[in-house]
Amino acid sequence: MKRRDFLKKSILVIAGASVPLSALQMVDPKKVLAENLDIHWAFLIDTFKCVGCGFCVKACKTENNIPFEANVTRTWVERYVYTKDDRRYIDSPKGALYGYTDPRIDMGMGEYKEIDPDNVGKAFFVPKLCNHCITPPCTQVCPVGATYKADNGVVLVDRSWCIGCGYCIMACPYGARFFHPTLHVADKCTFCYHRITKGMDTACVNACPFGARKMCNIRDIDDPITKIIMNQRVGVLKDEFGTKPQAFYIGLAQEVR
Amino acid sequence: MVIGIVLAILVFRLFYVPNDFESGERGFMYSYYRQSNELEWENQPIKYLDTGKQHMHEFCIECHSHEVEIRTEDLHGVIACENCHGPALDHPIHPEKLEIDRSREVCLRCHTLLTYTTSERKRIPGIDPKEHMTEYECVECHNPHNPRLEDM
Ligand code: HEC
Ligand code: HEC
Ligand code: HEC
Ligand code: HEC
Repeated sequence: MKRRDFLKKSILVIAGASVPLSALQMVDPKKVLAENLDIHWAFLIDTFKCVGCGFCVKACKTENNIPFEANVTRTWVERYVYTKDDRRYIDSPKGALYGYTDPRIDMGMGEYKEIDPDNVGKAFFVPKLCNHCITPPCTQVCPVGATYKADNGVVLVDRSWCIGCGYCIMACPYGARFFHPTLHVADKCTFCYHRITKGMDTACVNACPFGARKMCNIRDIDDPITKIIMNQRVGVLKDEFGTKPQAFYIGLAQEVR
Repeated sequence: MVIGIVLAILVFRLFYVPNDFESGERGFMYSYYRQSNELEWENQPIKYLDTGKQHMHEFCIECHSHEVEIRTEDLHGVIACENCHGPALDHPIHPEKLEIDRSREVCLRCHTLLTYTTSERKRIPGIDPKEHMTEYECVECHNPHNPRLEDM
């Protein structure tokens, strides 16, 4: 290779490598528009509205054929209870598949913690799911290219290509991935890809009676949900990891991660 | 020898890696994948068809307008029908009838008394499942479609 060619190619490579960086500035709506791509899915969760009924978990498991009784789930709901003497309890029995029908906190190993109702300071529910990060650590670690971020922002797993090594499950800071008990591949939330691509809401959004879960195309600045994400005080989980999550939360507490 | 191994790998790759393996918009690091897999996910079957109150339960209303009408004005109107009746699938062809879940557990998801004044839960009247009429299913006394106490 001639020196001239080498330099040319190097410049090309460097220019190519710097493109994704500029593609990451998601939060600025102008830049988003300038990129001129029509769809990028995002999720909005309003923790004030969640009552912990768990219908979302039930609907998700049914819609996506996740074995019902197995202790894995693509979406789950956590309960946070802070007592007035400043103790914090967090539980999520079976991912809230059957809701919270017990005022006691499930401490695991069959132990339950009674909490005096007069002692409850604040308590709330937080639905969780895959954040469909802009820079997903899970797709970086996949050794075979079986998990990827599609151009519309959804992170998917190629079930026929996955070798079940479990790296991605380890890499996810949110614990959103799990090992599918019958298919023996990594599994995760797909934003109900088969529904959103046909103009429907995800199963969990559809099932939520109180509108605690919403989806939007964050590239469409006229979308009412996009407006909420742009204009109101929303937070994301584990911002410091630099994964740029696309699941935004209203009413996030510091302890929720 | 080395060249031989490299060649062998390249040949192996040629046959083994599907030829729609390409990197997407986000580059090699985040999206190097079999493009046809997106389509496979798109073609998964849809099970839940009711669209909830916002769209007036536009699927179920076609045949069960009676239930939808009483429900959309009442307190339970916000709950999508399929939460209690299971996914519609190809109903009414298959299954012919949707299941009817009369268990106490369905109701207790929302009506277990939890004293959480800082969440939406405070708006839902709660009962203690171990105290409130333990011998019966809730729907023997309460109408699940219109739970209004005055109408009992
Ligand atoms: C195309 C018409 C149609 C649509 C749409 C439809 N159903 Fe039905 N449904 C029927 C018919 C017909 C039956 C059988 C009625 C019978 O035999 O008494 C039935 C039976 C049922 C039953 C059992 C009733 C019983 O007495 O056992 C339930 C529950 C039910 N439907 C719920 C729903 C829900 C929820 C939806 C919306 C997701 C829905 N249906 C949409 C036609 C429909
Ligand atoms: C909170 C749970 C719940 C929701 C939400 C709900 N149902 Fe029901 N539904 C029931 C129960 C429980 C019964 C059985 C009532 C009984 O045994 O008296 C029932 C019965 C029915 C029946 C049979 C009626 C009959 O008289 O046999 C139909 C049809 C039906 N529901 C349709 C609907 C439709 C359509 C919706 C949505 C608009 C809906 N249901 C929402 C719990 C629910
Ligand atoms: C998704 C959560 C949810 C589920 C499941 C649910 N409810 Fe309700 N229920 C509500 C809400 C919300 C209200 C209205 C509260 C309000 O605004 O006053 C309510 C109100 C009621 C009331 C009080 C009505 C009044 O006049 O004060 C009764 C009784 C009731 N529900 C019974 C039931 C029964 C029986 C079931 C099971 C078939 C059930 N609920 C399932 C959410 C739920
Ligand atoms: C034997 C009949 C009967 C059964 C079974 C029954 N209830 Fe009730 N329920 C009543 C009556 C009567 C009232 C109104 C008087 C009262 O407040 O106790 C009531 C009141 C309620 C209220 C309103 C409480 C309030 O403070 O406004 C809720 C919520 C409720 N029931 C939910 C349920 C649920 C959930 C179940 C099933 C786990 C259930 N009920 C089973 C008869 C029944």
